[in-house]
Amino acid sequence: MTMPMMHPKRKNPVLRTQQMNLPPGARGRVALGITTAAAEGRFELQTCADCGAVQYPPRETCHKCLSPRLNWREQGGEGLLLGSTTLHHSNDLFFRERLPWQLGLVHLDAGPTVMVHLHGEVGAAPARVRVGARLDRAGQAVLIGFPNEGSAHMADDKMLREMTSDPKFRKVLVTDGKTEVGQAIVRALVKAGADIVWVGHAEPWKKMGGLDDISALPQVTLVPLDLTNGRSVTELAGAIGGKVDIVINNAEVHRNFGIASRRGTDVAKAEMDINYFGLLRLAQEFGPALKGRSADGATNATAWVNLLSIYALSNFPPHGTFSASKAAAHSLAQCLRAEMRPAGIRVINLFPGPIDDEWNQQMPPPKLAPATLASAIVKALRDGVEDIYPGDVAEEWLERWRDNPKVLERELAHGGG
Amino acid sequence: MARQRLSYAGVAVAVPVTVPYVRYSTHSAHWFIGHAIDALVKASGVGKDQIDGLCLSSFSLAPDTAVGVTQHMGLSPRWLDHVPTGGASGVMCLRRAARAVQSGDADVVACVAADTNHIDSFRQTLGSFSNFARDATYPYGSGGPNSIFAFITANYMRSFGAKREDFGRIAVDQRSNALKNPNAMFKKPLTLDEYMAARPISDPIHLFDCVMPCAGAEAFLVMSQERARELGLPHAVIRGAIERHNAYSEDPVMVRGGWRVDRDDLYAQAGVRSADIDFVQTYDDYPVIAMMQFEDLGFCEKGEGPAFVRSHSLTCDGSFPSNTSGGQLSAGQAGAAGGFLGMTETLRQLTDTAGSRAVAHAHLGLVAGFGMVTYDRCLCTGAVILGRPA
Ligand SMILES: [Zn+2]
Repeated sequence: MTMPMMHPKRKNPVLRTQQMNLPPGARGRVALGITTAAAEGRFELQTCADCGAVQYPPRETCHKCLSPRLNWREQGGEGLLLGSTTLHHSNDLFFRERLPWQLGLVHLDAGPTVMVHLHGEVGAAPARVRVGARLDRAGQAVLIGFPNEGSAHMADDKMLREMTSDPKFRKVLVTDGKTEVGQAIVRALVKAGADIVWVGHAEPWKKMGGLDDISALPQVTLVPLDLTNGRSVTELAGAIGGKVDIVINNAEVHRNFGIASRRGTDVAKAEMDINYFGLLRLAQEFGPALKGRSADGATNATAWVNLLSIYALSNFPPHGTFSASKAAAHSLAQCLRAEMRPAGIRVINLFPGPIDDEWNQQMPPPKLAPATLASAIVKALRDGVEDIYPGDVAEEWLERWRDNPKVLERELAHGGG
Repeated sequence: MARQRLSYAGVAVAVPVTVPYVRYSTHSAHWFIGHAIDALVKASGVGKDQIDGLCLSSFSLAPDTAVGVTQHMGLSPRWLDHVPTGGASGVMCLRRAARAVQSGDADVVACVAADTNHIDSFRQTLGSFSNFARDATYPYGSGGPNSIFAFITANYMRSFGAKREDFGRIAVDQRSNALKNPNAMFKKPLTLDEYMAARPISDPIHLFDCVMPCAGAEAFLVMSQERARELGLPHAVIRGAIERHNAYSEDPVMVRGGWRVDRDDLYAQAGVRSADIDFVQTYDDYPVIAMMQFEDLGFCEKGEGPAFVRSHSLTCDGSFPSNTSGGQLSAGQAGAAGGFLGMTETLRQLTDTAGSRAVAHAHLGLVAGFGMVTYDRCLCTGAVILGRPA
C-alpha cells in the first residue's frame, strides 16, 4: 500500500529553493525509440521483423538472427520480478537527493530481462509485475515495475510522482476561463485535487456564462490575463509566477477562414497574436519562474501544457489561418520544451481534433467534448506523457500523417478531413 | 574429430609486479604503467628495449590506447595488444602473450594492467561504461555494478538458500589473508559481526561486499621457458587456459558463468581434476561471484556454494586457500589491475615469494577472471591453471 500523500507543509520562505539535478539523460540514438513511445504513453520494444525476437536494451541488429529489420512494437509489459534492491548509495546527484530508491530486475514474458524503477507496492521477488515506460525528469524514457493490482493511492508513490506531474496538491494557472473548454479544465483540476487554480480572464468587466460557476469553487481564483498584452502577462507573473506549478495555456482564437475567404490580415493577425505570440509572451514571463522551482519539494513546479490542434501537423484549408497559427505555436512549443527540459519541466502538447465548440459548428461529428479534453489533460499530467492526440479524429489524422504526410495533405486539400 | 589444441607448453610466466595501490591519484594511468614496466625491467634484468611485446589492460587511458603508451614510454614492440576485458584481462592477456611467444611473434611480452582513480573518475566511468549501461542501467539509480550484483545476489540467495553470513565468511577469510599482504589497502581485521553490521549499499549488498576503487598496477612477463632459464628467472608454466564471452545469455538472471562451459576443457588441458588444485584465486568483485566460481569451476555442484564455504576455511593455511592476497575485497580494486591480482599472487605462490601468505605444498594454482558488466551481468569469463615447471 502506498501511504496517501499528505498535504505538504507551507514552505519556509527563508530556506533556499533546492536546485534541480536531473537524472542521467544520455541515451544512444537507437534507445530513443523507447522515449518516442513513452512520450505518448506507450511501452514499446524492438521486435525483429524476421524472427520475431523481442530485445532489450535496444540494438542496431537482432541478437538472435542478425536482421537489421527491427520494428518498435507495443508491449503488455507482464513479467516476473526476479530480484529487487533498495539503493542506499548512488553516484548521481538526482538519486542521492532521493535515497533510498527501489529498483527491480524483471524477466518479461516477451523474453528480455529489464532493469526497472520499482513501485513501492510491488512485493518481494518472485512477484508478477507489469512494466511500463515513463519519461523521467530528464525527459528520457525509463521503465517502471508496477504492481499487478495497485491501491487507490498508488499515484502517490514517491518514485512515480518524480516521473509524473500529478495535479494533486499543486497550483495551476489556466490561461482562459471564459470558454467551455477552459471551465471544463478547471473543474477537472479541482476534481484531481489541485490546491489552487488561477483562472485567467481577459475582459474582467464582461460577465461570461459559466465563469460564476467555477469561481464559486473554493480552489478557484479569477485573475486578469490578456495574452495579447505584454504588460498584463508581466503583471500576473509578478503576482503568482513564483507559486505556479503547472501552466495550462488553453487561450486561443479560432476563426474559419482560408486565404481567399477573407481579405486582409486582421483575423490571421488576431489568431497569431493569441495562439503564437500569446504563448511566446507567457513563456517569457512564466518559463523562468517554473524553471527556478522545479526541485521545490513534493509539489515542485512540474509541467507546461499547450492546447494546440491536430491542424498543427497539416493544414486544414477551411481553417487555414488557424492551422497556420497552431503550426507556429507547435514549433515554438518544441523550442519551449527544449528550454524547459534542462530544468526538468515537462512540456505537454495536446493535438485535439475538432472540439465541440462554436467554431466547429459546421464540422460533422465526432467532435471532442470539452470535458473529454479536460480529462485527457489531467490524465496526461498523471501519466507523464509529452504528446497527446485526444479523440478519434485526432488519432485518425495522426495515423494518416505518420503513414504519409503528403497523402494527408492531398486528402485535406480535397476536403477529406 | 575436433582439431587438437596446441598446448601452452614451453611458456614461462614470471616476474610478478605490483605498483602499490593508493585510494586516489592525481596521476594518469600512464604513471602507473611506467612504474610497472620499470619494475619489470629492474626485477628481470630484461632491458626495456628487449621487451618486444606489450599487452595492456586499462580503463582510464582514454583517449590513448596501448599504441599511445609505446610512444609515451619509448617502447618499440613488434607485437602489441590492448585487452578490454577488465576483470578477465589477466587470463586473457596471458593467453594472447603465450601464443605470441610460442609463434615467435614476440620474445618477451610485458603484460600490464593499470588504472588511475581520480576523485570523480569512478562516477564518470560508470555513466559511459557501455552503450547498454548508458541506455539501460545507469539511469536507474546510478548505483553502478552494485545494483546489478544486488539482483544477482538476491536471486542466488532465494534460489539456493544462501545467507549473508555465507558471503561474510568469504569476506572475513580474505581479510585475514590481506593482513599478511603488505600491498593490501585494508590493514584491519574484519569480523563476521562487523561484516553483518555494515551499512547497506544496495541490499542485500552491504559495505564489505563491495570493493574499494583505487589506483595502481599489476604486471608480469611472458617468455619462453628457455629464455627464463637463461635469465635465471623463477617462473610458472601454463597447464591450461580457457575463455568465454556472453555465455548463457538465455538465463534471465546470472546464476552461472562461462567457466561452466569450458571447465572440462580446462582440466583436460592440464591433465588434472579440480581436487588436484592447491589454491584458487577467484575474481571477487562481489562475494556471490566468488561463490559461483567455486561451483562453476567444479569444486562443488551448483547451489552447494553456501555449504562449501561453511565447510571450508579460505585462508592461506585453510582447507581451501582462496584469494590469498586478500582479493579485491581486501586488497582493493585498481581498475583493470583487479583482473591481474590473482595472476601476480599465483606467480608469487608458485615461485615461493608469497612470504607469510605461502600456501603449503602449492604446486597447482587456478586463476579465474570475470569482467565487464555491460548490462545485467559480466560477459567475459576465463581461467588458467598455473603450475611449477617440471
Ligand atoms: Zn531476428
